Amino acid sequence: MFERTKISLVISVILFAVASWALGHFHVPDSAGKMVTIIEAYAYYYDILIGIGIAIILASSLNLVNGHTGQFSLGHAGFMGLGAYFASMVTLGVQLPLVPYPVFAGAPVWLAALKGIGWALALAVNSLLSLLNTWVGAAHELPHPVQFVAALFVGGLAAALAGLLVGVPSLRLKGDYLAIVTLGFNEIIRVVIQNAEPLGAQRGLGGMPLATNVFWTFSTAALTIYVVWNLVNSTYGRGFVAVRDDEIAAEAMGINTTKYKVLAFATAAFFAGLAGGLYAHFKQFVTPDGFGFMKSVDIVVMVILGGMGSTVGVCVAAALLTILPEMLRLLPQWIEKGGTAALHHLGWLPGNFVVKLPPRIVDLLQNRMILYSLLLIALMLLRPQGLFVGWGRKVVRK
Amino acid sequence: MKPLLLLDNVTVQFGGLKAVSDVTFHLCERELFGLIGPNGAGKTTIFNAITGVYQPAEGRITFDGQSVTGRRPYAITARGIARTFQNIRLFGSMSVFDNVRCACNMHLSHGISHALWRGKGVVTEEREIEGQVMELLGIFGLAAERDWPCRNLPYGDQRRLEIVRALATRPKLLLLDEPAAGMNPTEKVELMKLIRFVQEKFGLAVLLVEHDMKVVMGICERIAVLDYGQKIGEGTPMEIQRNPKVIAAYLGQEAEHA
Amino acid sequence: MSEQAIEFIQQLINGLSLGAIYALIALGYTMVFGVLRFINFAHGDVFMLGAFSGFYVGPRVLLFFGNKPGYGAAAVVLLVSMLICAVLGVIIEKLCYKPLRERPKITVLITAIGVSLFLESFGQYIFGANPQAFPTLIEDVAIDLPQSWGNFTALTVTTGQVIVLGTTLALMLILTVIVLKTKIGMAMRALAYNPTACALMGVNNNFVISFTFGLGSALAGAAGILTSIQQPSIDPLMGILPGLKAFVAAVLGGIGNLGGAVLGGIILGIVETLVVGYVSPTYRDAVAFAVLILILLLRPAGLLGKNVREKV
Repeated sequence: MFERTKISLVISVILFAVASWALGHFHVPDSAGKMVTIIEAYAYYYDILIGIGIAIILASSLNLVNGHTGQFSLGHAGFMGLGAYFASMVTLGVQLPLVPYPVFAGAPVWLAALKGIGWALALAVNSLLSLLNTWVGAAHELPHPVQFVAALFVGGLAAALAGLLVGVPSLRLKGDYLAIVTLGFNEIIRVVIQNAEPLGAQRGLGGMPLATNVFWTFSTAALTIYVVWNLVNSTYGRGFVAVRDDEIAAEAMGINTTKYKVLAFATAAFFAGLAGGLYAHFKQFVTPDGFGFMKSVDIVVMVILGGMGSTVGVCVAAALLTILPEMLRLLPQWIEKGGTAALHHLGWLPGNFVVKLPPRIVDLLQNRMILYSLLLIALMLLRPQGLFVGWGRKVVRK
Repeated sequence: MKPLLLLDNVTVQFGGLKAVSDVTFHLCERELFGLIGPNGAGKTTIFNAITGVYQPAEGRITFDGQSVTGRRPYAITARGIARTFQNIRLFGSMSVFDNVRCACNMHLSHGISHALWRGKGVVTEEREIEGQVMELLGIFGLAAERDWPCRNLPYGDQRRLEIVRALATRPKLLLLDEPAAGMNPTEKVELMKLIRFVQEKFGLAVLLVEHDMKVVMGICERIAVLDYGQKIGEGTPMEIQRNPKVIAAYLGQEAEHA
Repeated sequence: MSEQAIEFIQQLINGLSLGAIYALIALGYTMVFGVLRFINFAHGDVFMLGAFSGFYVGPRVLLFFGNKPGYGAAAVVLLVSMLICAVLGVIIEKLCYKPLRERPKITVLITAIGVSLFLESFGQYIFGANPQAFPTLIEDVAIDLPQSWGNFTALTVTTGQVIVLGTTLALMLILTVIVLKTKIGMAMRALAYNPTACALMGVNNNFVISFTFGLGSALAGAAGILTSIQQPSIDPLMGILPGLKAFVAAVLGGIGNLGGAVLGGIILGIVETLVVGYVSPTYRDAVAFAVLILILLLRPAGLLGKNVREKV
């Protein structure tokens, strides 16, 4: 069975390489008649395609934590953000700013004690940052094609490290509390980036090369799915599901639940970091706000919609939810056109009348947040188990 | 004989309440030991203290010569203590086969990277594990249902599956928490035979918590009695049945119903 | 009294006033957690709705009072807003949370997030995303402290702060009376302890839960009005940060524990003000996160909370 997954992975990677080359090589006429590459001619759809690939990576990796291990993480976007920024630092050759050490001048005694603790913390953080800077610097020196891979890898690694740091203390907590803490860490990551000048702070970081393409995106997606699937279905990986099903029984059966939880967290964070790196080198510009709470909720909704623990479902949901905003944009037009056609057909409307929605209503329908939040509520009320329960949860023999 | 499991003045507290207070007893290798007492006496608390779910406030617990007081449950299981639960705690989303397979995790020699790459060694090991699991399932008559979702099994089979799962961890001591709960008399007789069989075949010591006196008196070699968290008696079944304190606290009421 | 000490006391006063707001909102979180064992993410947005209720109701009430700001107008606006929020809270509960009572916690949590996002985005759609000016119900000016207080006259205490503290105290007193002395209060406490037994004792669980939601929402609404008196600029997203901080306050005090919510709120308010005053204003919002992480790592049950063990 697993031989099949290995072969599938290799074949799909080859297919993606070919597809990627083809999209960038063959020329078709665009609207003006000029001959451009397929990517340029269908830039809008290409955008969405890459977006789907990145979403699949994010959702599948989060599925390992939320779906298979049953831990509720609400901070996945933070890892994506770390990956995006670290990968960008490699390709741009940026170094991390070190944390300033607290100044002791003129502070009352009790404050000086606190500042002493702050100083020690700053020292620890700066050592870590210096280590990361060496990685980034070394990766930057690599020749170009390898540099991108190294950049993605550094991004993933940095995110995995963060996953470890966040995971180890947090994973003693359950349910709501874990969700809140992961959310807190996500926001901390965002705020820290926001205050880092060399990273562009609030204004964002730009100028990354357009290194992401169908090959890199979908190969990473395939790899993510391969890793998560194989991991969970091995004897070793059954430990993850055991932790979800009954943590106390799992411990009693010799499974180190903390190890599995942290492992799930770090692995998921790694892939989220990869996704972030891919994203950064596609949009060629990132801001800290794009990796906050809302993005995390986006990813969580993909996992829930797909059916937590269902590999196929999560991918389908990721694709759907990436296309959704685009469809919502067209919704008022569809309502108007469809309504007009229907009413004409029913004969309720004379020939030259058309259905036109008042602008206020159009605003409402195009308000992605309102519709999204209503979708969320409706989903939870009507079908909380997601669209694809049980797919991918088949019992695997070997 | 050197004791396999030794509880030495163990006290378990929840806030101000002493669920178990100053309990001492021991059991030896291959011994079938019973732990009885009225409801709320602290029997499951003792189990939880032994398996590391609760930390004793005072006292020590020694297993196979080493202290296991305050260790994490999975580490204690690695030492050789396995358990079943009062309310069945199977891994609900998994099949019968997978439930048992989980318990083999601690004996794996390969880790995460091997699980991903699946080299020769991993494939061989997984086949070995499958063999061991099927053998266990076969002994207990569950081999045919290996791919069933474990929740589809009838209640009695689910209880047996829990025992199989515990055995897959290759323990030296098996803790059974009220295995006869919810069983009819025929099933209980089967259970008694099963426990004795398991003890002999796998060479285990068994610590049994049970309410049904016929089961306890029928198979246990020695028994300890708890009441309100304290040990009020210990000895052979005959001695326990004659112990006035035990009768007053527990058996006296049983005799009316027997 | 040294200047430093006066400065410190000033910070304490400011912190206390801030903490009172957090306490009011935190009470709502903790009450809902007590009866339903879930964290109502949308609670902070009820705070925002309270402010906007005041925004719409205020001018009409002021008209009635001859367009003069004063305690009478403020009291009426406060009560009306509390009522509106209570009703909204009950509606949200009945529509979105009640159908999910038996479902796993994650489902309700996501629903709460959805409700919160909806209130924020719909609020932006209806009220407009730009900040609005809250009508002046009470003049928020510094009080002239009597000369006999000597050095203490250097302190700045505003009418707004006094109102906030006084109203909060009054509301908490009323809440205490309700929870400790009335039948419904007893039902709330019993429900928090054991819902099944409650139902078996003839308590209408649904009614008590709705009542709890209404009460908590009313308090959040009151907090919204009180805040707006001091900071008259309101916008649909104003509930996010206070909601989050009040949640931290509730966890700090021990979620499910009413006294803990108050204690947590006050502590958080004071700590936040001290950090802003003595360390740096940039860390204002980070304080809450830091406190959250610390308390969850060191003492997850909170200061006054009890550790609930799972029965094995």
